[in-house]
Amino acid sequence: MRTFAFSRADDVAQAAHQTAPEAAFVAGGTTLLDLVKLDVMRPSELIDINRLPLKNVEWLDDGRLKIGALVTNTDLAHHPDVQQHYPVLSQALLAGASTQLRNMATTAGNVMQRTRCPYYRDPAAACNRREPGSGCDARHGLNRLNAVLGGSDACVAVHPSDMCVAMAAIGATLTLQGPEGEREVAFQDFHRLPGDTPHIEHDLADGELITAITLDAPLVPAGSYYLKLRDRASYEFALASTAAQLSLDGEMIGEARVALGGVGTKPWRCPEAEAALVGQPAEMATFERAADIALRDAVPLEHNAFKIPLARQSIIRALREATRLARQSGEQEGQA
Amino acid sequence: MMDDSVHSRTASSETQSLNLTLNGEPLTLQVAPNAVLLDVLREQLGLGGTKKGCDHGQCGACTVQIDGQAMNSCLRLAVMCEGQHVTTVEGLARDGELHPVQQSFLECDAFQCGYCTPGQMMSAAALLEDERIGTDDASVKEAMSGNICRCGAYKNILTAIQQARTQLAHDATAPRKEGVA
Repeated sequence: MRTFAFSRADDVAQAAHQTAPEAAFVAGGTTLLDLVKLDVMRPSELIDINRLPLKNVEWLDDGRLKIGALVTNTDLAHHPDVQQHYPVLSQALLAGASTQLRNMATTAGNVMQRTRCPYYRDPAAACNRREPGSGCDARHGLNRLNAVLGGSDACVAVHPSDMCVAMAAIGATLTLQGPEGEREVAFQDFHRLPGDTPHIEHDLADGELITAITLDAPLVPAGSYYLKLRDRASYEFALASTAAQLSLDGEMIGEARVALGGVGTKPWRCPEAEAALVGQPAEMATFERAADIALRDAVPLEHNAFKIPLARQSIIRALREATRLARQSGEQEGQA
Repeated sequence: MMDDSVHSRTASSETQSLNLTLNGEPLTLQVAPNAVLLDVLREQLGLGGTKKGCDHGQCGACTVQIDGQAMNSCLRLAVMCEGQHVTTVEGLARDGELHPVQQSFLECDAFQCGYCTPGQMMSAAALLEDERIGTDDASVKEAMSGNICRCGAYKNILTAIQQARTQLAHDATAPRKEGVA
């Protein structure tokens, strides 16, 4: 593995001032060290941020839940407030990676994880995301696992996170600390579409550090469900996944949130599909129509056309299960 | 310029001092910034029980416990373990007596070639102490999915873990053999 300098940060504001070009923050390290070993990432210096005080999960006065950047995926998945009020997030986290990786990986690190596109991970291949202007070997290569939504001529890499799909559905805000101070970015604006510049993956400037992610207030009474479809039942990335969340107003859908994983170049929120659900009867015909709308712009590559019907089915099944759970929670509310 | 917030920057060509507790014993050693915990254990400290499989966090052969949690030592810089408790398979037995997981792996024939076994046992020992992980077979299988066994000994591994669970529960309630005042 190539060499780099190492230091440890003790203070958030100062840490954000410290980054030299090609320096990188390291928390769990599960993406970073993997990619350094592959020579895909080449940091000159690693700044260990694990001692920063960013490990709290707390309710804000406005009903939102603020999650510190360094809360591990394991701790977040099992946090009682997340399990009770954001079960879709807990499910998504536990559907991702392995026990060991979840024990290491952090909330902000998960947001920053890189694509699993095999051409990105291979320095001998052409990849505009890794090396701007080099081309894209995935577009006409072995692209079974690549994206059908949000791709461009330059890049068709899938965003790999499960956690981010749940956060996209819930709605969230990132808090960033940089040399110029603190700012906030809406979750759906953080990850970029590849366009002509796939190497610019997110809205994070040099020296900026994610310090917290604040979830929108939970929908009540609501049902939510994360359905992940993959080549094997555990420890595998999604071919297609859906995070669905909805509230019921009698037999009609009140609010609805739908986001997709495994098919898009970023965590894929589906606002038009959501609009097609609101105010409609919570039944199969509605779910099918919403799924068709969510995927109407999908463009298959040579080897991944199967992802479109697979994603369609994941949306329908997740909405059906979320509806069942919403009815259940409505009945419990009624009894209380 | 450096300031107080980022201390003891170690240049890539230098080594730095690392203090940790390894298998219950305090230890200080010199490591390079890019030294990976797995390699330090095996090559610098001569602890060959922890195995290198994929070296990318995919197979689980390198699993150790850090502050009681199962982690992939191949994706952990040694310098990041400052002040932490690291337990390898060499530290699983206590006072010359095998850990219940080690004993049950032997009794249940929970391995063939044995290469993945130390990692399997470190994950198993951690999950048996973790109340957040369900005790049913499906939960155990899911929690163990980060440990790959190319021989396919999964069925006996599951049996061994559940047998060790029974033994640990028995040990917790049984009167101690000695040392009780």
